[in-house]
Amino acid sequence: MRPTQLDKARIRELEEIGTRSDTRDVLARATMQAKRDYDDYFVVDIDAHVSEDHFWGEVIELIDNEYLRDLGQSQLRSFAGNNALLNIVPGLSHQSVGGRITHQGRREPDVPQGEHPFVVAAQRSMDAMGLDYQIVFPSAMLLLGMHPQDEVEVALARAFNRWTVERILPMDERLKAFVYLPFNTPEACEALVAQYADAKDVIGFTVCSTRNNAIHADCYARLYAMIEESGKPLAFHSGYHWGDPSFAQLNRFATMHALSFTHYNQIHVSNWLFNAMPERFPKLKMLWVESGLAWIPFLMQRLDHEVLMRPSEAPGMKRLPSEYMAEMWYTSQPMERTNMELLEATMKVMKAETQLLYSSDWPHWDWDAPSVITTLPFLSDQAKRNILGLNAARLFNLDIKPKKPRADAVLATRPGRS
Amino acid sequence: MTKANTPPRQVSIGTYEGLRTKERVVLDIDGQSVGVYFLGDEIRAWHNTCPHSGGPVCQGKTVARTLQAVDAATGKSPGLTLDRSSRMIVCPWHGFEFDLLTGIHAVDTKTRLRPVPVAVVDGDVVLTLG
Ligand code: FES
Repeated sequence: MRPTQLDKARIRELEEIGTRSDTRDVLARATMQAKRDYDDYFVVDIDAHVSEDHFWGEVIELIDNEYLRDLGQSQLRSFAGNNALLNIVPGLSHQSVGGRITHQGRREPDVPQGEHPFVVAAQRSMDAMGLDYQIVFPSAMLLLGMHPQDEVEVALARAFNRWTVERILPMDERLKAFVYLPFNTPEACEALVAQYADAKDVIGFTVCSTRNNAIHADCYARLYAMIEESGKPLAFHSGYHWGDPSFAQLNRFATMHALSFTHYNQIHVSNWLFNAMPERFPKLKMLWVESGLAWIPFLMQRLDHEVLMRPSEAPGMKRLPSEYMAEMWYTSQPMERTNMELLEATMKVMKAETQLLYSSDWPHWDWDAPSVITTLPFLSDQAKRNILGLNAARLFNLDIKPKKPRADAVLATRPGRS
Repeated sequence: MTKANTPPRQVSIGTYEGLRTKERVVLDIDGQSVGVYFLGDEIRAWHNTCPHSGGPVCQGKTVARTLQAVDAATGKSPGLTLDRSSRMIVCPWHGFEFDLLTGIHAVDTKTRLRPVPVAVVDGDVVLTLG
């Protein structure tokens, strides 16, 4: 049979996705998924990231300590570049898998004159994924808890918070943020909570979990009381640290990454429970970010098992650890989903229908589109709506009036490109 | 994305000689997105939808397959190496890697790309679309 020669106008070539691709092109399939499955859902992304290294000069400029600002600016101009004052190790940052995954660290092209490149990239990602709100966290600063100089963590935290709250958030009402707490210095955290407790676009406070602080220590009691009083949640955002002696045994980024993101939050939850913190700060809303979900039933079972045999080590607890854990909140990404039976059981024990919050982690390499929730076969429509946005609306007091453009309108802005 | 209830049809996308100089071309043909690959004398076409999360799998990079070198006599491994004779299609969304010729994932043989029949007819590259 002779083939039909189609009109050439109906065949168009699609471009390779690379480091200079427009976010709307990278995420066009997510826009199509939104159109198909969840265009009318209210969607909140609890954990997206600023590639702050691209704007690091703007943050360094806001350091209020003159000596550290001068040091940072000098490093920025020389060998440290966009990693000035930071403790990340560029040679060990294999997130792109040798350049195979290009969206982390990508620079947004075609930014209109006068607009901020980060805000433009965030807006494009929100529109493309069908998000009503996006909550932004830093990236390179996730490791700052391991910085040997506490005063650097404090200075960068103060500068980054100012950059986010004063410069970025006012540019788009759909963008919200947690205030970064330099947890190695409790008094500085207290000052930041006092400063930002009533800030409109600050929806909570965050501690980067990658650190060796015992979070139940009495030096944090006043801080927790202040956050509890503010009514805003406290989020522990996990991360990795290849320099940790245990993880230094692992010779692949994948294994180190898989274990360390769950490791730090497991330690912090364990300390939180065995020291009876939920009883001591009963109104403090605890949120655990970016450890996926599989660790939750593991830790519930493990701690329940131990406390039953050793109750004298946890006399402040009035219920099983798993019961406290089922009252905390968790973000979804990176959601392990190679075994649907295990995922379904996990969601059941953690009470996902009310406690789980969708997060994308965009633009990081292991991000999740909202379709990871909408395509789950065992969730009801209401459970999907809760996880994708309504649980977040309740936790953060967000107005659930739709804020996003319809998927059709987003796709129409990029005809023929993706 | 295959449209349900559409009878298969053959579509010429250009001459073999013109296209084979590229390793890969990704086309949208009336809303169906297909990646067509040329490796040596072989041609393959795959639906541009990743089995992982529906990402645009054919719009990522193609790379050499990574191997773990192992000395058969001692069981020792000098580490990872690249097999430059084979090519892998990398999904740009999260990095799933598929063999360009078989469409099979580098580790999990159950995870595969969906093929599109492709042939050279009278010097033209012809796809059969569902
Ligand atoms: S969608 Fe292809 S790797 Fe995830």
